[in-house]
Amino acid sequence: MKNKTGERYCLGIESTADDFSVGISTFDGNILANIIDAYVPPEGGIHPREAARHHSEVAGNVLERAFDKSGIKSKDLSVIAFSQGPGLGPCLRTGATVGRALASYLDIPLVGVNHCVAHIEIGKLTTGVKNPVTLYVSGGNTMVAAYDSGRYRVFGETLDIALGNCLDVFAREAGLRQKLGMPFGAVVEKLASSGKQLIRLPFTVKGMDLSLSGLLTAAVTLLAKEEYKLEDLCYSLQETAFSMVAEVTERAVAHTGKKEVLLTGGVAANKRLQSMIRAIAEEHDAKFDVVPGEYAVDNGAMVAWTGVLAFKHGLVTPIEKSYVRLRWRLEEVEVPWMQ
Amino acid sequence: MKKGAEANLYLADWHGRKVIMKKRLPKKYRQPALDWQIRTYRTIHEPQLMHEAKKAGVPTPTLFLIDDKKATIIMQYIEGKQVKQLLSEVSKSERQRLCRQIGRLIGKLHRSGLIHGDLTTSNMILRSDGNIFFVDFGLGEKTAELEARGVDLHLMKRALQSTHFQFAKDCFESVAKGYADVLGVEAAKNVLDKIREIEKRGRYVAERKGSE
Repeated sequence: MKNKTGERYCLGIESTADDFSVGISTFDGNILANIIDAYVPPEGGIHPREAARHHSEVAGNVLERAFDKSGIKSKDLSVIAFSQGPGLGPCLRTGATVGRALASYLDIPLVGVNHCVAHIEIGKLTTGVKNPVTLYVSGGNTMVAAYDSGRYRVFGETLDIALGNCLDVFAREAGLRQKLGMPFGAVVEKLASSGKQLIRLPFTVKGMDLSLSGLLTAAVTLLAKEEYKLEDLCYSLQETAFSMVAEVTERAVAHTGKKEVLLTGGVAANKRLQSMIRAIAEEHDAKFDVVPGEYAVDNGAMVAWTGVLAFKHGLVTPIEKSYVRLRWRLEEVEVPWMQ
Repeated sequence: MKKGAEANLYLADWHGRKVIMKKRLPKKYRQPALDWQIRTYRTIHEPQLMHEAKKAGVPTPTLFLIDDKKATIIMQYIEGKQVKQLLSEVSKSERQRLCRQIGRLIGKLHRSGLIHGDLTTSNMILRSDGNIFFVDFGLGEKTAELEARGVDLHLMKRALQSTHFQFAKDCFESVAKGYADVLGVEAAKNVLDKIREIEKRGRYVAERKGSE
């Protein structure tokens, strides 16, 4: 479907975890809208069912705001993209349902997008890097990926919990409160900035992979003993955990010889982590970029843009194959546009 | 010669011998106290493990000098070819033979309570006499725990998948055979079961929790 100007558009829906977001992108990568509505649990972590309920409640409003912001109408759309996985089942299904409904109603193609691929693609679009080693760190993901022979390959990942999850749980155990516009990671970062003493915590790099659950247990145990200042614990937790992901990243940079390093995901906002990864890039004569906040967290624009790339390469998802894929690994996805 | 993530390697002459100087230089990105902890720990533990590995029947470079103050190790230079390169150059049967030999060596390490910690094909060198040398024990440890053995072999599998994805499955099957040659079928099966458990613990594994 083309409008009068001949411009074509893709609408992307993101709902893998606590964010429900709708983005609209033109076929040449101009992001017209990126509306994000985050579910903030009253206490504890994300309950998938509660988050999904939030998503279904705000979906209509978020869609409306995205259309308002972009200035286009639903009939101008050429394709609908949605995050097909990986993520939390109930949340994914809510987004998928919205996507299927729109695609059927407008009678346009549907494209299921891999959430991790989308993070990398929007990072490349917004920073201008072409072929980076990507460190993707968020509440649900911790991985180092780079392109090789048709796919993004995982060169290192967590063997258990994600980096953002590790920081969040520690913050909750410490009784810290999440404020509006200041997620747990930012609260920990602020406290860590006034920490001085490095407390010894387990540093667990297993070859290309890393493990964070032991580190979290050790930090929480020390917290309960009340022998150390909270600032020092936050500082030590950050220094140790970040050094682990940094080592795995440096390893991938050394191994692949790529000359670009991209940092993305919710934890990418952390200044200390940024400085570490920047230092590694410099050490290996590589260019360092961090994805701008709005596009580093979970967002609909990344899904819209990746939908465009896939659609242009003839990849569409028939409704009957649009079931969500909770554990869809990055390596399983062909990315023909990288050739 | 090589700038790694964990240490830098230099080819040097040491009293007329061709040697590798492995230097763990300070990492600017790391907090200084943590940086020092990591570098000295690895500099002291790596040679210990190399020595133990040799006793277990796994070829490792001969050690000449360990300087923990400078986080430097001087060791024998192994003239040969990285298995990483070899695997894509040789025939299928030769590849299977090499992988089986590697599996046997890993079995010997584990039988002696040693964990390599970074089993990738770039850390294995085939010398012209047919011996495969294992290098880079910096992330290794001494333990006979099933969990540690599982993680160690899981790493080998992951390394094959990311660098040799065309024939990773076949290669790992040969590694597993060699491993069973040394540890016995029963013990090897326990470790392979453990690998599946470790994989399921990871993120985005289809069979995890049997869901979907």
